[in-house]
Amino acid sequence: MNYFPDEVIEHIFDYVVSHRDRNALSLVCKSWYRIERFTRQRVFIGNCYSITPERLIQRFPGLKSLTLKGKPHFADFSLVPYDWGGFLCPWIEALAKSRVGLEELRLKRMVVSDESLELLSRSFTHFKSLVLVSCEGFTTDGLAAIAANCRFLRELDLQENEVEDHKGQWLSCFPDSCTSLVSLNFACLKGEVSLGALERLVARSPNLKSLKLNRSVPLDALQRIMMRAPQLADLGIGSFVHDPDSEAYIRLKNTILKCKSITSLSGFLEVAPHCLAAIYPICPNLTSLNLSYAAGIQGSELIKLIRHCGKLQRLWIMDCIGDKGLGVVAMTCKDLQELRVFPSAPYGNPAAVTEKGLVAISMGCPKLHSLLYFCHQMTNAALITVAKNCPNFIRFRLCILEALKPDPDTLEPLDEGFGAIVQSCRRLRRLSLSGQLTDQVFLYIGMYAEQLEMLSIAFAGESDKGMLYVLNGCKKLRKLEIRDCPFGNMALLTDVGKYETMRSLWMSSCEVTVGACKLLAKKMPRLNVEIFNENEQEDCSLEDGQRVEKMYLYRTLAGKRKDAPEYVWTL
Amino acid sequence: MDNSLRISHEKELNLEATELRLGLPGSDEPEKRSVVRSNKRSSPEASEELECMSKGNMNSNGSDVTSDHDQDNVVPPAKAQVVGWPPIRSYRKNNLQQKKGEEGEGSGMYVKVSMAGAPYLRKIDLKVYKSYPELLKTLGNMFKCTFGEYSEREGYNGSEYAPTYEDKDGDWMLVGDVPWNMFVSSCKRLRIMKGSEAKGLGCL
Repeated sequence: MNYFPDEVIEHIFDYVVSHRDRNALSLVCKSWYRIERFTRQRVFIGNCYSITPERLIQRFPGLKSLTLKGKPHFADFSLVPYDWGGFLCPWIEALAKSRVGLEELRLKRMVVSDESLELLSRSFTHFKSLVLVSCEGFTTDGLAAIAANCRFLRELDLQENEVEDHKGQWLSCFPDSCTSLVSLNFACLKGEVSLGALERLVARSPNLKSLKLNRSVPLDALQRIMMRAPQLADLGIGSFVHDPDSEAYIRLKNTILKCKSITSLSGFLEVAPHCLAAIYPICPNLTSLNLSYAAGIQGSELIKLIRHCGKLQRLWIMDCIGDKGLGVVAMTCKDLQELRVFPSAPYGNPAAVTEKGLVAISMGCPKLHSLLYFCHQMTNAALITVAKNCPNFIRFRLCILEALKPDPDTLEPLDEGFGAIVQSCRRLRRLSLSGQLTDQVFLYIGMYAEQLEMLSIAFAGESDKGMLYVLNGCKKLRKLEIRDCPFGNMALLTDVGKYETMRSLWMSSCEVTVGACKLLAKKMPRLNVEIFNENEQEDCSLEDGQRVEKMYLYRTLAGKRKDAPEYVWTL
Repeated sequence: MDNSLRISHEKELNLEATELRLGLPGSDEPEKRSVVRSNKRSSPEASEELECMSKGNMNSNGSDVTSDHDQDNVVPPAKAQVVGWPPIRSYRKNNLQQKKGEEGEGSGMYVKVSMAGAPYLRKIDLKVYKSYPELLKTLGNMFKCTFGEYSEREGYNGSEYAPTYEDKDGDWMLVGDVPWNMFVSSCKRLRIMKGSEAKGLGCL
């Protein structure tokens, strides 16, 4: 079967980079499996409980870059109880014991302790890149260990983590010999950093391309930093508050004029609106703008800013921009590909966005392929228009803030609107539904959403049929998460084999019972079926007829996990 | 406090089933759902109720008129009970709440003002005022009433009306006791009470 020596095949495999393609290669034949596993450097594990670290290391001894995801997605919305799992520790311990030369670690929704960060920093001499997204469990002490011990660190990227601040000087722990930084993001940290140490660090990092500061870094420090790093391409501003007549502000304005390489801007965690004019000169170069944490910028200021940003491809903003503001975006940002509109207050802002804004965007931005849109209302007519204007959606996540809200014009459910989206957007991979929805929308999804991989459902549907349409129709479905829907045992048990083709299924506040989950677990030994029994009462005997409050099941080769807390029952 | 007691009592009487509401169908559903699910055992009544709720979404006749404040009275308690909705990352939610406390300049702070006996409520922007006298003057003009002299000891004793407000904790407080800025950041709504009603608030 092999006409070429292994070295040639290895060389060819070097060009095959994506995880899916590499996985496909390994299935061709034994010899390719063998060659592939020894040449594999990057591994992505979407569920840290699907495989043991030991097995991973055994198969891929050449591992250099590991991506791990822990808690289920709904953990983001406080639906997963504390200490459910997703611990990094066993992975680091296993990797440290092995001969794997880990260089890159990317984690999402995992529990990371200072001890594991310390162990990580000491165990891999060529460690280069640490990216933590929505993780928790560590403090600035852990960061200090990373800074102090990872001599060739290129990237330390902290996104939306809950980090306890121990008031140590973690940033000062980067030794003078550390000059390799390319990316540093500490925007999510709440505490202060030594400004002197920060400036010196930036000064000795000629390759620094991405720097995202936290709130504690004031405007004058920002100016000094930007002076030392005119090569920055990606900047996250911490505090942007100053008297527009002050020396510091005037100096900043001049410094900004020199930073022509900045194409990505974010932050403004603290901002005085009248200071924004200083950044207008770099706006025409921006391809990415994230103002979703800039609570201090009002709609009118946002609009003024955006008028300067003709090249934007990615825009994350808050709904205070309003429908009118979205109209300006539609007129100005013709290259827009990704848009996220977040609510400025948990229950929305009365002057915020509606279906009108979305329609305007769809008319002006035909390249749009990713959307996350929190709004007050949506109509079927609008969705149908959007579907027609933007057939290229890959990700379409719509959140109508009031659960179960129908089309305000017709008072009908939004089945037809979402139906139009799935019918028109043949490449749709991710979909989040909201508003009033019957089983009909699921019929459409099952029929048309052939590429759909992830579906999020809340307060929707009328019967088991809804869930069955999806399970039967969406052949590429990998993640299904459902809350507060009337789907029950029949839907759960009709096609148990389906779940082995998926990464995971989450169902909370639905109609499934303990008995059905037990049956499922029995039939499918390679699934972990977890139910969370959060009642504090002691009568914890699970009767079959009892409704399950939260269930999370996932395929796994690792068997029942040993680190589950008491309230998690793996059936 | 008062509100939640009233709500749970109404639940027992199942008044909601027969209640005439001016609100979009389904605006109360989330609350019902989470309440039903607190039952450990799945009972036939519970699943029936669920079926009715889901079907109710379909069959109920939407009303034409949704008056602003009626919706607000109906919806907030329901929303407050739904965990994890809207689906915003807790990190983002925590950040927003922090900021709301600090910023707010330019965002306008509209609060409702009600008065016993008045046919409809009004709204005012607290950010527009710099002090209590300004605020009280405006309120007096809006509702054609007077408040009299404020004193820490007596409150607004002697006047026909007294201004009160609901704070972040849900308590009804007399306007004027705390520093102005503290009042602005903690005031959720205003209510002009008759002097006789307010006596209890003033004397402490």
